[in-house]
Amino acid sequence: MTQISERAAAPATAPNLPAVPSAAQPAATTQSAATAVTFAKALNTALADAMEADSSVLMFGEDVGPLGGVFRITDGLTARFGPGRCFDTPLAEAGIMGMAVGMAMNGMRPVVEMQFDAFAYPAFEQVVSHVAKLPNRTKGRVLLPMVIRIPYAGGIGGVEHHCDSSESYYAHTPGLTVLAPATVRDAYLMLREAIALPDPVVFLEPKKLYWSKEVVDLGELRRTFEEGSAPRTIGSAVVARSGTDATLIAYGPSVPTAMAAAAAASEEGRSLEVIDVRSLVPFDDETVCASVRRTGRAVVIAETPGFASVAAEIVARVQERCFHSLAAPVRRVTGFDIPYPAPKLEHHFLPSVDRILDTVDELQWEDGQ
Amino acid sequence: MTIPTNSDSTGTEGGVGKQLLPSPVPVQLIDQHGEARADARYALPDPQALLTGYARLISGRRINDQANALVRQGRLAVYPSSHGQEACQVSAALVLQSQDWLFPTYRDTVAVITRGVDPLEVFTLLRGDWHSGYDPYELHVAPQATPLATQLLHAVGVAHAAKLRGEDTVVLALCGDGATSEGDFHEALNFAAVFHVPVVFFVQNNEYAISVPLKNQSVAPSLAHKAIGYGMPGERVDGNDLAALLSVLGAAVDSARSGGGPALIEAHTYRMQAHTNADDATRYRSAEDVDKWIPKDPISRLRTYLRGLSLLDDAVEEQFAADAEALAASIRAGLNADVEVDPQELFAHVYTQKTAQLREQADLLRDELSREAVQS
Repeated sequence: MTQISERAAAPATAPNLPAVPSAAQPAATTQSAATAVTFAKALNTALADAMEADSSVLMFGEDVGPLGGVFRITDGLTARFGPGRCFDTPLAEAGIMGMAVGMAMNGMRPVVEMQFDAFAYPAFEQVVSHVAKLPNRTKGRVLLPMVIRIPYAGGIGGVEHHCDSSESYYAHTPGLTVLAPATVRDAYLMLREAIALPDPVVFLEPKKLYWSKEVVDLGELRRTFEEGSAPRTIGSAVVARSGTDATLIAYGPSVPTAMAAAAAASEEGRSLEVIDVRSLVPFDDETVCASVRRTGRAVVIAETPGFASVAAEIVARVQERCFHSLAAPVRRVTGFDIPYPAPKLEHHFLPSVDRILDTVDELQWEDGQ
Repeated sequence: MTIPTNSDSTGTEGGVGKQLLPSPVPVQLIDQHGEARADARYALPDPQALLTGYARLISGRRINDQANALVRQGRLAVYPSSHGQEACQVSAALVLQSQDWLFPTYRDTVAVITRGVDPLEVFTLLRGDWHSGYDPYELHVAPQATPLATQLLHAVGVAHAAKLRGEDTVVLALCGDGATSEGDFHEALNFAAVFHVPVVFFVQNNEYAISVPLKNQSVAPSLAHKAIGYGMPGERVDGNDLAALLSVLGAAVDSARSGGGPALIEAHTYRMQAHTNADDATRYRSAEDVDKWIPKDPISRLRTYLRGLSLLDDAVEEQFAADAEALAASIRAGLNADVEVDPQELFAHVYTQKTAQLREQADLLRDELSREAVQS
């Protein structure tokens, strides 16, 4: 699995130090407890920490109880917090979503899991007509502090309905905050921030990154988040790799691909910057455009079909704001405009390092600069 | 019939040993001639409660008439009338305590006003100032739902949260016969039963979903019979009999409050007017069909009954009529006044903090409007 070591707290080759039990000593006085942590474990820890910190945080969905979720993101939560705090529901996504709306109306902070991207569609009316609109409908009198966790996107050899990149549906709906972390560190911090937010969040978890690892100190992340010193992630894109010749703009599952492309390009003498958008809504025009104005070239990379997508929106925003800095048209590398392919064909569909580099090669380098 | 249960862990409390099937005919305590009818399970409410309810029926009818008139005058965009269904409306509000929640639909304006919400705030929706005008937390009334059955799940969530905190809140969730065909109706009843939460689902079966008659929605013996599929009790009640409604709904609310779980109540009533003022009911039903329901009117039978008890006389009736007229006058006056709507508020409540993009768009609109103001 791809590792994104550039932003890790320590190099991936650092020795894994044993974690010091946080209850025994305050984290600040211990030596670094940085260790190789999976994306899934970071999410699981974020959920546990949020539930520990606030008794109104609830977790429910399909198979999230004793099983711990089909991806084990809720592992151990029912045992630790009891069946009133983390529980299985009947198998009905609109039911899960609608009940979460009512619970959020009445003092709770529900976190719901849609088992797979395409299985969230039965809940679509609840999301679009109520989750997104109820706060506006009531002039902010009713807030919906709820998080909709969706294991999403492909690259795992899944059968049909298990690999959709559904972000554009949600990003198109005013009222929703839409997040897609790409690193272990962000998985923890962004989920904590999402749960604490008074607005509803669609939290997209790239399935293919669940078992990716980074060396991070979860205790330190917890401490910085809870004391408010962690940098805010919502509405903020981040420069994942600095470069000077062109900007690759990616989010969620396409970030590691963009990082690999930038690494490959550097061997060929081309310096690519990678922006991890991570917060699709609100969108950080400032960070994205500052990068493109520096480099003069941009490629947006996303797994989703490109037509009428978040990637299309990013291209439009960059063209509108950076036109006079651009040396070439802003390009996209996205999935094709087809239903997500069967496992043996998905590698043709997904943005690849080669396809990204081919597109970068076409950015009118002969015209100057 | 007593229903054995197929579950032995969660959610069993409601199903075991309970009578889940509704009565073969709708429960009726006062018939259309104003005569009391004995019922083995449901007692006639206290006469004073009926008198209070009667006053609310008079007000409810007047609200419906006034709102229809205001649509004709262009003061309301549209009004889905509950004319003929006032007994359902009034009872839904009167059976609840202050900590309870009401989840109304677009046709339940009279219920919302009877619960105590300021009528002018209620009419914000239909006048077109905003999508909802009252604070749902003030009297525990959810915004009037426009999509069908989706609010039933919110009701389940509100009840579930209350149950987890150990509160004695009951939630009364309203919908119509058409909404029982929606998937969310099914999911809401199933979730409520599985989690054994205190929700009373109250279906006003007025026989039409816009133009489509009930026989095209369902061939179940009755809508209340659907309850057995969820392991909760169902009951049928004469929807034009305030006494029966207060008794049946009251029993369901009491049961839910004391841990008995959810229930499904179907009221048999009739939509005497078109779906809304924009609808032409003559295209799908005859005047004779509508006329059959005139003698079953909820007001006339209760009037006869209360006059028979000498609780109602001309003076009291005049007082009730005057109260209703004063309410109508205040609605009229409020809606005849023009209300300033603030375009900047369009951007204010989408998120708790405006995004950079919404700030830009708000500025754009502000700039447009200031230039228009200079030109005019």
